[in-house]
Amino acid sequence: MNELYVGALINGLLIGAVYALIATGLNLIFGVMRVVNFAHGEMVVIGMYMGYGLWRLTGWPPIATIPFALIGLFAMGYGFQRWIGNAFVARPQHVQFVLYIGLALVITGVHAVIFGPDPMGIQSAASFDVYRVAGLRIDATRLHAALAACVLIALLWAWLRFSLTGKALHAAADNLLGARAIGIRTNHIFALAMGMGAACAGAAGALLAPLYDTQPYLASEFTLLAFIIVIVGGLASLPGALLGGVLVGVAEAFAAVVIEPSAKSLFSYGLLIIVLVLMPQGLLGGRQGAGR
Amino acid sequence: MSALLSVDQLQSGYEGVAILNGIDLHVDRGETVAVVGANGAGKTTLIRTLGGLLKPRAGSILFDAKEMAGSASDRVCEAGLAHVPEGRQLFATLSVEDNLRLGGHLNRSRARMVRNLTRVYDIFPRLGERRRQQAGSLSGGEQQMVAIGRALMAEPILMMLDEPSLGLSPIMVATLFDVIGQLNRDGISILLVEQNVAESLAVAARGYVLENGEVVLAGTSAALLGDDRVRRAYLGL
Ligand SMILES: Nc1ncnc2c1ncn2[C@@H]1O[C@H](COP(=O)(O)OP(=O)(O)OP(=O)(O)O)[C@@H](O)[C@H]1O
Ligand SMILES: [Mg+2]
Repeated sequence: MNELYVGALINGLLIGAVYALIATGLNLIFGVMRVVNFAHGEMVVIGMYMGYGLWRLTGWPPIATIPFALIGLFAMGYGFQRWIGNAFVARPQHVQFVLYIGLALVITGVHAVIFGPDPMGIQSAASFDVYRVAGLRIDATRLHAALAACVLIALLWAWLRFSLTGKALHAAADNLLGARAIGIRTNHIFALAMGMGAACAGAAGALLAPLYDTQPYLASEFTLLAFIIVIVGGLASLPGALLGGVLVGVAEAFAAVVIEPSAKSLFSYGLLIIVLVLMPQGLLGGRQGAGR
Repeated sequence: MSALLSVDQLQSGYEGVAILNGIDLHVDRGETVAVVGANGAGKTTLIRTLGGLLKPRAGSILFDAKEMAGSASDRVCEAGLAHVPEGRQLFATLSVEDNLRLGGHLNRSRARMVRNLTRVYDIFPRLGERRRQQAGSLSGGEQQMVAIGRALMAEPILMMLDEPSLGLSPIMVATLFDVIGQLNRDGISILLVEQNVAESLAVAARGYVLENGEVVLAGTSAALLGDDRVRRAYLGL
């Protein structure tokens, strides 16, 4: 019995790290531009199809898709924001909403046309690999995915904190007029933020590919999941995305063992409501600006 | 020898509102020039248009023999025209040093980042003491130093300052005008926008008076200080 709960805790922590990567991307985009990327879950699903596709073609594990997902989704996010999205940054929120919902519908439509509505799963012997630690069985695919997600989050944090370009992202979030006055190319900075946010979503998708069967309509679940995490952790807070991701991952995992697997969103919504009532700013929210 | 900055029939404004109706002015190499005018005269609109934050509707901005009208601020800054904006517009949650480093990010100055930081800390020792502090936590005067230091990091040929004395104590204002005089002696040309007419004409060689988006008076500082209209409208004499 005890082992069941410890197992759920570990599984929740591991999947939570991947969730945190998704939410980090959403938070980065929001933190820099004050724009909500309603197509975030769709970008996760692109990464999943990339993971699935690469596995079909080469048999490589989806973790090997990460470089492709990072580059592909970065280019897509950067290009979209640079050539289309930037014209909407200063527009009212309902106009932005239409733009990003539109992008989401296009991506889902393209997925449905190319891959069809049926779930596609990765069947590989490697998915049964486990590590045994102190009598516990730890799913190898999940562990690798969590480690990769943690590495990516750490790299992103370090880049935001220590590189001059990373600081320019803070600067644009902090004072756009000041940033432009000293010649920071804010169009490029916004496109970078969207590109990096999309890359987070895509890489997380590649990591999730062996864990979930991929289908086009998963996207809205991921978007919702990312919103819950971001609101629980605190809007625009990168540590908040990490904490929120892990909490939601653990809550879902416990729901699955305590009640049944289909009850998992019940627990994450429960968590959301409790946090919203007790701490409306989210657990680590309150301070404005990217990456704080 | 043509002027360092020469503005010809510049028109600019905001969506649906024309503010500047054909401005002519110039700044020679090494000069300090003041632009004075009442609230709403269009001084900030002028500086923002010169700095590439607003697109002009017509007219030309020749800086260092390059046409700048319509260029975005990054190209303007790369050319050596720095902008110290009204209200300082610092990155409040970043440290003083990060604010300064961001000012030095341009290609024209990036390679000499460390040397330029040392130079700014030499001019403003207070900033050296507070380099790790959040810029938003500094006093108004210190924040204005950061705003000027941030612009200096780009090794400007000409620095435009938009009401740098706003909200500062008289002692701080005096220090500020001393610094502006020093920067000019170090070879930086200055375009100074001020409501503080007496002080700014004291550091500037020449000045322009802006009213309702037009230059209504131009001349040497001495001539402007002696002009009846200036004395009545701006000096309260
Ligand atoms: N974003 C804007 N949209 C529309 N009109 C604006 C905008 N900003 C300023 N204005 C108008 O442009 C005119 C000139 O403003 P500007 O800020 O250039 O004046 P200023 O001379 O700098 O005044 P102050 O001394 O108060 O700073 C004003 O009438 C102002 O209302
Ligand atoms: Mg002004």
